Amino acid sequence: MSGAGLAYRITGLRHRYGGRVVLDVPALDIARGETLAVIGPSGAGKTTLLRLLQFLERPTEGRIEYAGMPVVVPMPIEIRRTVTTVFQRSLMLDRSVRNNVAFGSRLRGRREFADVDALLERLALKHLAKAPARSLSGGEMQRVAFARAMATRTDVLLLDEPAANLDPRNVAIVEAMIKELQARGTTLVLVTHNTHEARRLASRVLVLLDGRMIEVGPTATVFDSPSDPRTKGFLSGDLVY
Amino acid sequence: MIAVVALTFRVTGIALLLAAIIGVPIGAALGLARFPGRRLVTLVLYTGMGLPPVVVGLFVYVVFSRSGPLGDLGWLFTPAAMIAAQTIIAFPLVAALTMSAVDGVDRELRLQVLALGATRWQLAWTVLREARIGVTAAIVAAFGGIISEVGAVMLVGGNIEGQTRVLTTAIMLYARQGDFALAMALGLILIALALAANAVLLQLQGRSR
Repeated sequence: MSGAGLAYRITGLRHRYGGRVVLDVPALDIARGETLAVIGPSGAGKTTLLRLLQFLERPTEGRIEYAGMPVVVPMPIEIRRTVTTVFQRSLMLDRSVRNNVAFGSRLRGRREFADVDALLERLALKHLAKAPARSLSGGEMQRVAFARAMATRTDVLLLDEPAANLDPRNVAIVEAMIKELQARGTTLVLVTHNTHEARRLASRVLVLLDGRMIEVGPTATVFDSPSDPRTKGFLSGDLVY
Repeated sequence: MIAVVALTFRVTGIALLLAAIIGVPIGAALGLARFPGRRLVTLVLYTGMGLPPVVVGLFVYVVFSRSGPLGDLGWLFTPAAMIAAQTIIAFPLVAALTMSAVDGVDRELRLQVLALGATRWQLAWTVLREARIGVTAAIVAAFGGIISEVGAVMLVGGNIEGQTRVLTTAIMLYARQGDFALAMALGLILIALALAANAVLLQLQGRSR
């Protein structure tokens, strides 16, 4: 893959917490506009990978490039503002639902919030716009967190189990919105335990196991004929760690 | 009587404002940052919270006395010295409780705010806003600490009628003179003022959601 069309290039990444390697990715490219699903059991390093891609942590060993630039922490604010994350825990600011969704836009000095209202409507949150965000249910908070990230209109969106607490109707809404982002050319990294979701949304799949990159390839290939027996074991539900 | 109440409010209000202006940013910075020596600074602040007011009064007295380093200012036995003493008493309360409130904001929320594109200043402001209940409590605690304080203001103010007499020093004076009815009346005024001021602070705390 040529460097020009890349969102990220990871080389020789070995990330440690207190001496323990929690993520080992020898080489991985993520193309601009692609959707990469990251799958693996709990503790496999998926969330750590997202933190690194969000510039929240500096890799302890190896190199990550974003848009051709080496990742440092802190990254310049104009670069940071091209990437955002929907975190697994949807933490709300102590303000209204609408003000939560508009938060990222306000940070960027935007004064126009038509898209915020459109997102609230789309995610069936309009009737809750003035409610304190912390009074919502888990699923509602997750939709607010998704809308909040969407409203920032970044080039890259990192999603950590974005549909884990949603009912089927809302899963469909969120997935439809993800497909719109794909059509717009947004780069997406989707951490999920849901292989069906990964199949529906991702063009490639990365399998992590115990912090190590086991396999990466086109979605159909990884799911239907994985090259690594551990991937096969993980997908079939066998214990492989 | 009105002059005593007005001076009480003036001295306590200005001291609280100064303590908040200095203490809230310092407390917020300590709550947000991790640096070598932070524990030592925290220890000093916590110790400052328990400083006996009369000792602070003695310190301010020495500093502003004629032979003291700031004696030329001529502040001793004026409201300025009382404000200085009360600011020193209130500052560690505001700073330490603000630090604790900011420290209590979920660390992952901070990461989420950063990931949404906040600059360091925007992050600090957002976290401070999230901690506003604790920050208001810090200011309320400091207010309660200094409006009811008598040792330091007596020492550096001198309880001079029409110049440095505040509610607490007046209460003490009338109680010593055996005029318990007047002392009790002033005590009730003091409690009413504290109640009103805390109601205003709590009202401010609940706003801006």
